[in-house]
Amino acid sequence: MNVVLLLAERIPVPFESGLTVIAEWLGQSRLNIENAAGTLLVGALCAATCALVGCFLLLRKMSLLGDALSHSVLAGIAGAFLLTGRIDPVPMFLGALAAGIVTALATQFIHRTGSVPEDSSIGIVFTSLFAFGVVVVSQAKGVHLDLDCVLFGDVTFAGMNFKPIMGWLLPESVRTLVPALIITIVFLVLCWKELRLTSFDPVHAATLGFSVPLIHYLMTIVVAMVTVSAMEVVGLLVVALLTVPACIARMLTDRLGRMLWIAVLSGVSCTTIGYFLALRWDSSVAGLAAVVAGSELATAILVAPKYGLLGRFRRSIQLKVRIAAEDVLAGLFRRMEQAGTVVSESTVDCRHRAGDGLAAHIAVRWLNRRGLLVTSDGMAQLSDTGRRYAQGLVRSHRLWDSWLNQNFDLPPDHLHDPAEAMEHFIGPVMQRQLEDDLHQPNADPHGREIPQAPE
Amino acid sequence: MFLTQTTLVLVGTVLLGITAGLVGTFAYLRRRALAGDVIAHAALPGLCLAFLITQSHSMSVLLAGALITGVAGAFLMSLLRRVSRLRQDAILGTVLSIAYGLGIALTRAIQNHYRNERGADLESFIIGRAATMLKGDVLQIGAATIGCGIVVLVIYKELKLLSFDESFCRVQGWPATRLDLLLMFLTAVTVIAGLPAVGVVLTAALLIIPAAAARFWTDRLSHMMAISAGMGGVSGAVGTLLSARLDQMPTGPLVVLTASSLFVVSWMLAPKRGWLWNRGVSREELATAAEEILAANPSGGPEVAS
Repeated sequence: MNVVLLLAERIPVPFESGLTVIAEWLGQSRLNIENAAGTLLVGALCAATCALVGCFLLLRKMSLLGDALSHSVLAGIAGAFLLTGRIDPVPMFLGALAAGIVTALATQFIHRTGSVPEDSSIGIVFTSLFAFGVVVVSQAKGVHLDLDCVLFGDVTFAGMNFKPIMGWLLPESVRTLVPALIITIVFLVLCWKELRLTSFDPVHAATLGFSVPLIHYLMTIVVAMVTVSAMEVVGLLVVALLTVPACIARMLTDRLGRMLWIAVLSGVSCTTIGYFLALRWDSSVAGLAAVVAGSELATAILVAPKYGLLGRFRRSIQLKVRIAAEDVLAGLFRRMEQAGTVVSESTVDCRHRAGDGLAAHIAVRWLNRRGLLVTSDGMAQLSDTGRRYAQGLVRSHRLWDSWLNQNFDLPPDHLHDPAEAMEHFIGPVMQRQLEDDLHQPNADPHGREIPQAPE
Repeated sequence: MFLTQTTLVLVGTVLLGITAGLVGTFAYLRRRALAGDVIAHAALPGLCLAFLITQSHSMSVLLAGALITGVAGAFLMSLLRRVSRLRQDAILGTVLSIAYGLGIALTRAIQNHYRNERGADLESFIIGRAATMLKGDVLQIGAATIGCGIVVLVIYKELKLLSFDESFCRVQGWPATRLDLLLMFLTAVTVIAGLPAVGVVLTAALLIIPAAAARFWTDRLSHMMAISAGMGGVSGAVGTLLSARLDQMPTGPLVVLTASSLFVVSWMLAPKRGWLWNRGVSREELATAAEEILAANPSGGPEVAS
């Protein structure tokens, strides 16, 4: 043993010289920087592994499994202690793993045989196992079974607890975290196709002959393994690392591969930022990592390009303005049609036609800027391009009128409103289809001429 | 002295079991079983914030803070359901873990800042300390029992409608959203009342397990409520008495384990919905069905392409 230690001291820590340089640059002691690097490494490993499996949990609607596993792990640790009577990492790890698998299986079993809703059966199983764990831990007299560590995790301690591993001085948790990460990646690579298929369309997967339950149970075992090895470092907050980065990635993308990358990056950034905040406020790394993850998720929900609130708001405003503008154009076109001459209308009337309000205001200005309306002395009239645009709209409207009349048994006075709504969404292609379907009509059911497609 | 303490704890846990059983029935039927868990976790930052703001150690102040953030957690859940594309399970996991993380971060900061003072002791809130329950705790639980009981009885009809057919409830013009929030509020009150005694995880257990067990025995809401509350009460009593008899055994977990045993018994033995019952019936039914098919098709059943 001594020989190993001696050897380990002689062999340099990875990035040894780099660490020294950083330490000098920051004016910190070498030890502090080593601890910081250890903590960051351990945190990043945890976050990356959890994020990878978390994505699949999310897609399979199994996010709560992480919560359940992290609680029932206590029962496994306690059970291993009952059996062996010692605090020994290996049996405890195996016990925790077994408890994780039992949780997943029992949840499914109660759900199926008792027709208990799945969330309730998860709740029943993990709370019972947790209660069992607490009872056993409270009986462990004279032995230090650290409930605190399970409940809150201790990233800082895990990052400082250096042990020689393969000749390098590394945080001890690396011994479980790196294999967990490797196994996860190997599992994902080997079962990529199966995982993707069963996550998105289990029925299709089953008809193609893939064993959906087999993949499900393999997945569960991997999740249990990841949870157990990460809990040593972050405690119950492993749930945060499993769920939140995956949610962030889900808000940002629709592609599975990209989702995994984003989840890993956001997970690692959470633990890293969490670590520095914890230094600043003298608080818990895991707790603050969860808080950082929460704020990242809030940001994603707000600004995500496709599904974010701001993006959705912007698109709905754009649509509202477009519809208001098109109402102005179509209205002017109809008046022109009746009068048979060029018609002009005051800007106020135009705005009124667009339903007043802010959207109408913007719409009228937009029409002027685009040159669809020509305004002089507060009177607006359709420009040439404006007339062509409006012609297309009115054409859509009347085609839809006629098509509804042909295919649905609606009274004539019920045709206008749906057509008024649809005219904004019928493009040239659909116009042609409608025309073919109606056999090149000349007039709509109200006897008004359907204008030709503008050149 | 020992006897009075045991009696006190007994009254407290029984009342808590009854309340949780009552409120849990609706949470279970609304498929909101884990909402209690989320609210309980969301209560933790509230305890710390209340301490930070008021610098008070008074339990009622801390619990008021817990109630506020607990309800905020429930709000956040329904908000996320509307504004994000995430599904229910992900939302529960997210709110729960972020709130818990915030709670832990605040506790750690408080403990490190007020080194020698008694900071808000988070661990006792996570697994509870029923054995040292004080008279004030029991009074709080009693108030919660009476309050929740009255509310449930007064709006029983509305809650029934909401639990079984939310759309119909809306169509009939009942304020379904507000009723839902009220239900969340009742859950929060129950959780907060139980927090000092049995802790975060185990209060959530008391909300789920008796209700799920009661569901096996009956199809009638009123019966289910009574059975669920009864099972909650019995679990409280048996768990407390066991922990008084067995030295050093923590009360809260024993209460939950009693409830779990009741659940297993119900799941196995209950008539019609129980597991054993169904095994027998389904085999008989299978046999009858097979005979019927054979009788209709004397040639040996439908042809199967080989």
